[in-house]
Amino acid sequence: MTDSEEARSARHTQDVADRYWKRNLRLLVILLAVWWVVSYGAGILWVGALDEYTIPGTGFKLGFWFAQQGSIYVFVVLIFLYTRLMNKLDREFDVHED
Amino acid sequence: MDVQAWTFLIVGATFALYIGIAIWSRASTTGDFYIAGRGVHPVVNGMATGADWMSAASFISMAGLISFMGYDGAVYLMGWTGGYVLLALLLAPYLRKFGKFTVPDFVGDRYYSNSARIVAVLCAVFVSFTYVAGQMRGVGVVFSRFLEVEINIGVAIGMAIVFFYAVLGGMKGITYTQAAQYCVLIFAYLVPAIFISILLTDHLIPQIGFGASLGGEIGSQISGGESIKLMDKLNQLNTELGFAEYTSGSKSMLDVLCITGALMAGTAGLPHVIVRFYTVPKVRDARRSVGWALFFIALLYTTAPAVAAFARTNLIEAVSGASYASVEGQKSIPQWFKTWEDTGLLAWVDKNDDGKVQYVAGNALAGKPEFTEQRGAHGERVVSNPNPDSDNELYVDRDIIVLANPEIAQLPAWVIALVAAGGLAAALSTAAGLLLVVSTSISHDLLKRVFVPSITEKQELLAARVAAGVAVLIAGYFGINPPGFVAQVVAFAFGLACSSFFPAIILGIFSKKANREGVISGMLAGIIFTAAYIIYFKFMGGTPDQFWFGISPEGIGALGMLLNFVVALVVGRFTPPPPQEVQEMVEHIRVPVGAKAPTGMH
Repeated sequence: MTDSEEARSARHTQDVADRYWKRNLRLLVILLAVWWVVSYGAGILWVGALDEYTIPGTGFKLGFWFAQQGSIYVFVVLIFLYTRLMNKLDREFDVHED
Repeated sequence: MDVQAWTFLIVGATFALYIGIAIWSRASTTGDFYIAGRGVHPVVNGMATGADWMSAASFISMAGLISFMGYDGAVYLMGWTGGYVLLALLLAPYLRKFGKFTVPDFVGDRYYSNSARIVAVLCAVFVSFTYVAGQMRGVGVVFSRFLEVEINIGVAIGMAIVFFYAVLGGMKGITYTQAAQYCVLIFAYLVPAIFISILLTDHLIPQIGFGASLGGEIGSQISGGESIKLMDKLNQLNTELGFAEYTSGSKSMLDVLCITGALMAGTAGLPHVIVRFYTVPKVRDARRSVGWALFFIALLYTTAPAVAAFARTNLIEAVSGASYASVEGQKSIPQWFKTWEDTGLLAWVDKNDDGKVQYVAGNALAGKPEFTEQRGAHGERVVSNPNPDSDNELYVDRDIIVLANPEIAQLPAWVIALVAAGGLAAALSTAAGLLLVVSTSISHDLLKRVFVPSITEKQELLAARVAAGVAVLIAGYFGINPPGFVAQVVAFAFGLACSSFFPAIILGIFSKKANREGVISGMLAGIIFTAAYIIYFKFMGGTPDQFWFGISPEGIGALGMLLNFVVALVVGRFTPPPPQEVQEMVEHIRVPVGAKAPTGMH
């Protein structure tokens, strides 16, 4: 651990850490809600209702598409989005590395 | 050049590559051996994780399973990818910040208990061996089919290769070899998929062809010039033959929910996956690395359902109503039918004596085919165990779909050889990652942390190598003499990971008050409940009508996980909170700043 990092780490008050953690949890809840909606929601629970619709120009029933394709695309996007937003949050609270 | 010459060439070249990488990336410290010195670039780590995760089952079996399950196949697709979201958001960055070597390290330190550590070690070793036996078997099958060597010799060759780079290079050797293996396996998966997509739908990208109209060379024959979507045609074919519609499933919704849940949480709790995110330099890299891992996995996982649908359409069209012997002016079976019949993965019983393949819903045989030495009236291999209750005459092993796809679509010989190399890459990379977990658990978690803390760095490294070597031998033994229950115990691996590790780690990070008593009782409750349910239904003759609320053993881990959480929280309320320094440790792992530089030391 370098000196500057040690110093910065020590400067952190409990208050900052708590606020950082709360913001982190809020982000998690939002992203996991999306995760839940595209997989358990669109892919399983509402699959019957969504299958009434077909994605225009394709043969995909909407619910089936979410279950076998769409949810996976959304998962990938969610993780990269999380990475970006957390990096921003880290800088805002000055808890980022180096 | 024929298929076999191509296969020797391509498989030989890839093996030479893996060995070359292993020599270049030898491990010199325990840090190198366990976590590649924490110097792995996140994109490379993502690739390595992809290869580590995608096993012989993903590469060889998954598309075949989906092909026969239709919509229900989504449990694997969502379950085995959705877990990475949990991993990225809830586990990886914090475990990287924690900065030790293994999952039992975290459980033992966070819950200030060597008993918890030992429970974690036992689960890790059990889960890993369960998995690795299947990989070795996969290696043997690929060798015997494509190179026509004995399965046992195939397993021995596979063992020798893994031994070489796992023992020599540890995590460092494995990581760089896996990155190369990822490239081989994804290329081998995508090339035939693209060819078939063009042949059936005239679209280059399988994910788009999947939803398009039939077209192209084979597709227009199937549609007979009519404009019809592939999915609609497939539903129509399935219905005509008495199967459920391809786009609707036959499992109950609750069961689908539970299986998906168990596979997701199980994925996020598997020790050989979690340990990958200890290898990157920073917390930030751990987050990014999971993203890349899922990106690389998604390339295969979004192609698989397309391959499944193409293969299903192609299979029905090619065999349904075709006569076994070639008769002038009649549709007869293709050449690959006989090739795969010879391997025993496909069988035909002419129940109505019309000489044609009647393919309808139902089991053609009672279990797996048992061939006699004789040939039947049309030259087919005679099977001694037909199922008289069904009119179906065709038995197709699920594994054929991916392996025979290039032949079904009449692709060039080098593509077939490529698929063999890809299957081997998938099996070997996963086996190596699992063996490393076993060896680390023994040398680090048991020797260094519990029984012989005074062990030196050099001795620990030697112990790790010896443990890896012994683990390779045991895995090879199971590959040659597979216990009959390999397929069944895979449910175990996920059930256990999901009902034990996942809740323990989540609580360890997100609840400062989660304590030793609560989490140990939670883990035990989760494991015992899940194991009892699986053992009853898989080994003691429980029947599906006895399932609780229709939940199959594959999905029961989801309930085990809930039970674990509830028990851990309730017991935790009535027992003393964790000591101050543990609570401070939790505070510490929640912020990225101050993660240790990549020394790999304790």
